[in-house]
Amino acid sequence: MSIEQALQTFTAECRELLHEMEDALLGGCKGDMSADSINAVFRAAHTIKGSAGLFGLDHIVGFTHIAESVLDIVRAGQRAFTPELVELMLACRDHMAHLVDAVAAGQLDEDPQLTAAGMPLRQRLEAWLGVAPAAAAATAPVARSAAKPDGDGHWHISLRFKAEVLRNGMDPMSFLRYLATLGTVVHVAPVLDALPALDALDAEACYLGLELALRSDAGRDAIEGAFEFVRDDCRLRIVAPGSPPAAYRALADEFPEDRDAMMCLLRECGSWPAEDTVIDAAVAPCADLAVEAEAVDSARPRERRAQEKNSVRVDADKLDHLINLVGELIVATAGANLAARRAQNVELQEYGATLNSLVEDVRNSALQLRMVKIGSTFTRFKRVVHDVARDLGKDIELAIDGEDTELDKTVVEKIADPLTHLVRNAIDHGIEPAALRRERGKPAHGTIWLNAYHDSGTVVIEVGDDGGGLQRERLLAKAIERGIVEEGRHLSDAEVYALIFEPGFSTAEQVTNLSGRGVGMDVVKRNITALRGTIQIDSTPGVGTTMRVRLPLTLAIIDGFQVAVGGSVFVVPLEMVEECVEFRNDDGHDYTNLRGTVLPFIRLRELFALDGAASSRQSLVVVRYAGQRAGLVVDGLLGESQTVIKPLGKVFRHMRCISGSSILGSGDVALILDVPSLIHQAAGDHARLTQPSTSAFA
Amino acid sequence: MKLTSHPDGAGGLSVHVEGDLTIYEAAETRASLLALVDDARAVELDLADVGDIDSAGLQLLLATARTLGGRLSLVGASAAVTEAIGLLGLGRHLPIADAA
Repeated sequence: MSIEQALQTFTAECRELLHEMEDALLGGCKGDMSADSINAVFRAAHTIKGSAGLFGLDHIVGFTHIAESVLDIVRAGQRAFTPELVELMLACRDHMAHLVDAVAAGQLDEDPQLTAAGMPLRQRLEAWLGVAPAAAAATAPVARSAAKPDGDGHWHISLRFKAEVLRNGMDPMSFLRYLATLGTVVHVAPVLDALPALDALDAEACYLGLELALRSDAGRDAIEGAFEFVRDDCRLRIVAPGSPPAAYRALADEFPEDRDAMMCLLRECGSWPAEDTVIDAAVAPCADLAVEAEAVDSARPRERRAQEKNSVRVDADKLDHLINLVGELIVATAGANLAARRAQNVELQEYGATLNSLVEDVRNSALQLRMVKIGSTFTRFKRVVHDVARDLGKDIELAIDGEDTELDKTVVEKIADPLTHLVRNAIDHGIEPAALRRERGKPAHGTIWLNAYHDSGTVVIEVGDDGGGLQRERLLAKAIERGIVEEGRHLSDAEVYALIFEPGFSTAEQVTNLSGRGVGMDVVKRNITALRGTIQIDSTPGVGTTMRVRLPLTLAIIDGFQVAVGGSVFVVPLEMVEECVEFRNDDGHDYTNLRGTVLPFIRLRELFALDGAASSRQSLVVVRYAGQRAGLVVDGLLGESQTVIKPLGKVFRHMRCISGSSILGSGDVALILDVPSLIHQAAGDHARLTQPSTSAFA
Repeated sequence: MKLTSHPDGAGGLSVHVEGDLTIYEAAETRASLLALVDDARAVELDLADVGDIDSAGLQLLLATARTLGGRLSLVGASAAVTEAIGLLGLGRHLPIADAA
């Protein structure tokens, strides 16, 4: 582990801790902070401070220290965790997150701008520290001494580093520097017995050991925390202040060959008790203490190792590389299978089939690696809702459902921003003021809900509110006023609602600092479209609005269904194919009767202006997306295949009804059909065709 | 890290160390030091111009002291060296003589 890697671990751990801290704080923002939550917040701040100290990130240590001090007062029960303090701690958490981000971005030194940004927070924290009530202060020492081991604060720490410590980017000196922040290092006695002469020395191995005495009123956790990063790389023994002499004897007994030298070192540190007490000490407690010391040494690493076993941190780039390779593998297998079929070698074809199914499994597991649960993204919105609701003075609850729904990591990362916008929008525009809500007979506090589920190869994410709903007439009036819609044109509900995604469109009467400037919803739409997704709005006046975002499960590889039109091959995403039926072109209409229902269809030959006469036996592929169906007329059905999606070049970006390309086993290029836009087109054509006829009848 | 050595006129060697003594240079420093302590001469290390020093650097000095026994003397420690020796409590193992 190099220092860069250690720093990466540090920032990742800090982020997790900050996340826990936020969760605990938000859990307590209703005013009932449990002792567990307070401890969780304190622990997070404390661990971050400790870890930052190891890397010499003094500015993080400095800031976190003050926050920790305030939390310590609260933890000791001297101050209540008031809602104001929760807000302050949330702000501090954000500042700490910024500091950690700066470190992650490679800036190890203090950033004057960030420091300046943190100044007001520092002052507020210091004010909290300063106004600790006098009455409470009187009881403070009692509370402190109850929490801390008694005695004179004389800790003895025995350290034997393993050879790899230096190579792992750690330096015993940094631990000493950090310990000095916890108290006074009274004495350090180096243990150099293991150090060889120069010719036998491995210059990068560590041969050092330390016996040291620390005077500190910090707790055992704090002191142990200093060695968090080397716990596996050293043998650590800590003897607490006020421990019976047997504890020290047990420590010396751990070094049977050097027992006398050890006793010397302990005496040197001032830790060794007076001789007579050692002799008097009973044997039984000695065994107990040895066990306790052992527990410090081995229990923690075991616990950590168990966690490490559960998950492995992998670089996202490595995963992407793997997915790319799997993509190439699929194309290569398709080629090999084609060659086997041409050679008419049965054995080869059988192996090809086996290989094919294996590659499919590999593909699925590789893609699975990138799948993450959407839950963590959802929980992030607790904070957004909390902040926005507070800013607007609204009382809003967030209900979350479907947290376990998985989708591609890349998609999750890119969807967070648009979702934030939708949530903010729902709070600002959706939920009515409390007075109006009561008038309408609704509960005073509004509800925003987030939901996610899988539906035919896509992930659906819903952002809903129980607010006033979209006002159709006002939207329409505004659109006519802006010249977006011609007056007198008839629009469906969905078309009217979709107007809010037009650039510069806002019906909010007053512009708040959150939304209403008309900037945003068009960006949301654009971002979602860029992910090959769609957004749909359901709204009932007075009852609420639901925004439904539909996204593809993955951006890389899909199961495809190949169809042929003339000499060209097209790929339809398999999840969207509902069925294939024989096509009987009885009349010139663009719709047909599918078991009693009207099904609009598109002749791909005409749509893409392909040459050649239609084959005598055409087929109809029924596709389905977002609850709508349409048929595609093709010459031949070629069957299922794995399809690696290659994006289209810039030149083809504006092509409609095509979402990408793929390379076939033969090396030819097949175009991937954009089913949502095809269905849209089919429905539109259908509507245009049927509308004049209905008016003719009228 | 740069070692410049010249005879001190009394059959010993005076070595001026310039630059960092950290884990990054440790292997190289060890090789340079080994070359110096080959023969049974007394060695005087001048540490006045040492930049950074870490545990690996201190270990090298300690190993050199162990190899040479009483024939190693250290003079003129830089601030970083003094701090590091103090931090690890190595004053007794690496005594620094005042610069000549």
